[in-house]
Amino acid sequence: MTKAITVSGLHKSFGRTHALDGLDLDVESGEVHGFLGPNGAGKSTTIRVLLGLLRADSGAAQVLGRDPWADAVELHRRIAYVPGDVTLWRNLSGGEVIDLYGRLRGGLDKRRRAELIERFELDPTKKGRTYSKGNRQKVALVAAFASDVDLLILDEPTSGLDPLMEEVFQRCVAEERERGRTILLSSHILSEVEELCDRVSIIRKGRTVETGSLADLRHLTRTSVTAELAGPPNGLSHLPGVHDLDVQGRRVRLQVDTDKLNDVLKSLSDSGVRSLTSTPPTLEELFLRHYQDETGETGEISEVAAR
Amino acid sequence: MTAATFAVRGTGSRQLAGTGTLLRFALRRDRAMIPIWVGVNALMVLSMPNTLKGLYDTAAQRADLLRQMETNASLRAMTGPVFDDSLGALTAWRAGVYAGALAAVMSLLIVVRHTRDEEESGRQEMISAGMVGRRAPLTAALLTAAVANAVLALLVAGGLAGQGAGGALAFGLGIAGVGMVFATMAAIVAQFTESARLARGLTAGLLGTAFVLRAAGDSATDDGSSVLTWVSPIGWLENLRAFADERWWVLLLFAGAAVVQGAVAYELAGRRDVGMSFLPSRPGPAEGRLATAGALAWRLQRGSVLGWSIGFLLAGVVYGGMTEGAADLVGDNDNAREIFQRMGGQSGLTDAFLAAMVGMLGLVAALYIVASVLRLHGEETSGRAEPVLANSVGRLRWAAGHLFVAFGGSVLLMLLAALGLALGYGKSAGPILAACLVQLPAIWVIGGLAVLLHGVSPRVATAAWGVAGAVLLIGWIGPALDVPQAVLDVSPFGHLPKLPGGEMEWGAVSVLTGVAVVLVGAGLAGLRRRDVISS
Repeated sequence: MTKAITVSGLHKSFGRTHALDGLDLDVESGEVHGFLGPNGAGKSTTIRVLLGLLRADSGAAQVLGRDPWADAVELHRRIAYVPGDVTLWRNLSGGEVIDLYGRLRGGLDKRRRAELIERFELDPTKKGRTYSKGNRQKVALVAAFASDVDLLILDEPTSGLDPLMEEVFQRCVAEERERGRTILLSSHILSEVEELCDRVSIIRKGRTVETGSLADLRHLTRTSVTAELAGPPNGLSHLPGVHDLDVQGRRVRLQVDTDKLNDVLKSLSDSGVRSLTSTPPTLEELFLRHYQDETGETGEISEVAAR
Repeated sequence: MTAATFAVRGTGSRQLAGTGTLLRFALRRDRAMIPIWVGVNALMVLSMPNTLKGLYDTAAQRADLLRQMETNASLRAMTGPVFDDSLGALTAWRAGVYAGALAAVMSLLIVVRHTRDEEESGRQEMISAGMVGRRAPLTAALLTAAVANAVLALLVAGGLAGQGAGGALAFGLGIAGVGMVFATMAAIVAQFTESARLARGLTAGLLGTAFVLRAAGDSATDDGSSVLTWVSPIGWLENLRAFADERWWVLLLFAGAAVVQGAVAYELAGRRDVGMSFLPSRPGPAEGRLATAGALAWRLQRGSVLGWSIGFLLAGVVYGGMTEGAADLVGDNDNAREIFQRMGGQSGLTDAFLAAMVGMLGLVAALYIVASVLRLHGEETSGRAEPVLANSVGRLRWAAGHLFVAFGGSVLLMLLAALGLALGYGKSAGPILAACLVQLPAIWVIGGLAVLLHGVSPRVATAAWGVAGAVLLIGWIGPALDVPQAVLDVSPFGHLPKLPGGEMEWGAVSVLTGVAVVLVGAGLAGLRRRDVISS
């Protein structure tokens, strides 16, 4: 598979702030790639570099095989972008803006435009100032989905959308994927990411801390285990990957790195298992672990980043 | 009465809750802007006695001036009549109109900035969601303007006290009075428009109207007694007759107008929704025809181009109509002639007057070009440029649309000024046209500077306003203040040939055009290299 986006070792500073500190990102052609990270991690900065709006200090970036800075104008013919906070001109109607963006990108599909306006329940005759936040997002979303492009870059595109519209959005993304388009989706809505994304990249403080499919990521996190044993537990505390061990008589509660789960189960069954509950990590736990500040986790993070 | 309607009414004091905090907040935000406006205005006024002393040193010269002002309608139209030959009265005569106008501009900017601007940007919502009364934001804005005008009045009254304490106090209060009349007028206008830009433009248009009414009234009578003068708040300032047996009751006009307008604004503000206006926007087309970045730039700027065009045409007609008479007056006074010659050149006095007026319009056109070029900056900082540039639009193409409106618009304005002057004067259309067009290289240098600042160092792009303001001040009062040539030379307008009447200097014109081209080129080169600012 060819890469739609390849980024390696990207650095970008604004004065003393290091927004990007050696960021890596690979997006395969035709996939929906989730782009995650806490606020201020550098997601929007990365996206602006990919759009040629910012120039990276160092590192390499290629979008659809070209240099996003030098070939920006040609490249943008094949890219549609939706920012997280759409600002409109107060005296232009939504319909005018949709058509303007479409034409500036080299034309848009009239039928699809009409269909999208209907699906998103957007009134295209209202002027920019009178749209609510969600409706402003819809203007940009309709313009993006109605244009014939290879890559969609969506930066928290659904902020302000109601749950019904969120669902319309998810269906649109699924349709775009079926047409073979590539989508880079930055989002904080975990259900949206879980539903839509083939792979995700998690960044923190301007660096990529994790990339992979959700299944891969799950594998890296901890599973909670609660067990009631027939005999006293034995040697659990010495096993690698065991955390928060809590033994009360024959009752055991612990967290274990999911890839070390097998050894723990062996040890438990040596003591005889009466009952066992094992809870896989939720998506929230998965992300929270990556989002949390590096209190005592520094080593762990750099180890993961080095993989 | 239902509980709901009862609850909405509230009590008077709660409507003003939070005013003190908002006032301190506004003064904090304006801590640079207000001192600059007040300081420049006060300096202009306080430097007058010295200058005028040099120009009209002997009693004979002053008597001469008074006699001329009585007989010459055109010069009265520019400055208003003189009521006495004391230095104080001469200062009030020479500086009054401009000090009042500057105070008015300052006040309208302050009020719109803290009312409609806040609502349009959406910031007002968060403020109003706090313990803030419905009328507190407007009150705080008007109080901010009042503080600025009060400081200005104090500085003028204190600084001119040597010329007569009563006159100085009246003059200071009169200038502040003009300020407050336009502050409250802006407060009303801001209730009707949804855009701060439009509120500022409309109020400035009203100020221009007041200016023209006073000019027309003063050219009709020699003692400010025309109805037209009495209709204009700027006319009140002259009819206050500071340093010439002050008519203190005229101050009541300012107070009355400010109170009535303030009350109207209050009533309107209490009746409407936050962020909304009494002129709600109508629906637009469901499908757009805009297809290029250039068309978008024109669409965004066409309203202001239209407003400026009307202003330039009208100003041309008014100044053109004054030209014939102006020459008569100036002809008799060596000093006044000297001023005009410094502003307008050596040749015949009609030509000198025309040249001075054209030069004045050229300076104002420099403000237009800065405003127009900085639309690029506004588009960028508001975040609206980003999605446009994320389309298949190069930065140069994006900038070119706005720059075409800015630089082409300056040509249009000067053509309309020429048309107006020729219509008003009724002859020498050719020389007038040449004089107007020859201003363009200097206007473009200022525009080029704005392009350079925006392209290379967008954080300080608004400094272009400072440059335009400095050039305007140098051109406006520099010649009257006997400023050294070195200072006048800083302004590109100082290097222009004085047309009509003077020699055409192709060298200077070509050099200025070349400088403008280089500035624009360097600015665009910078724009291509730098990061797009994100909001």
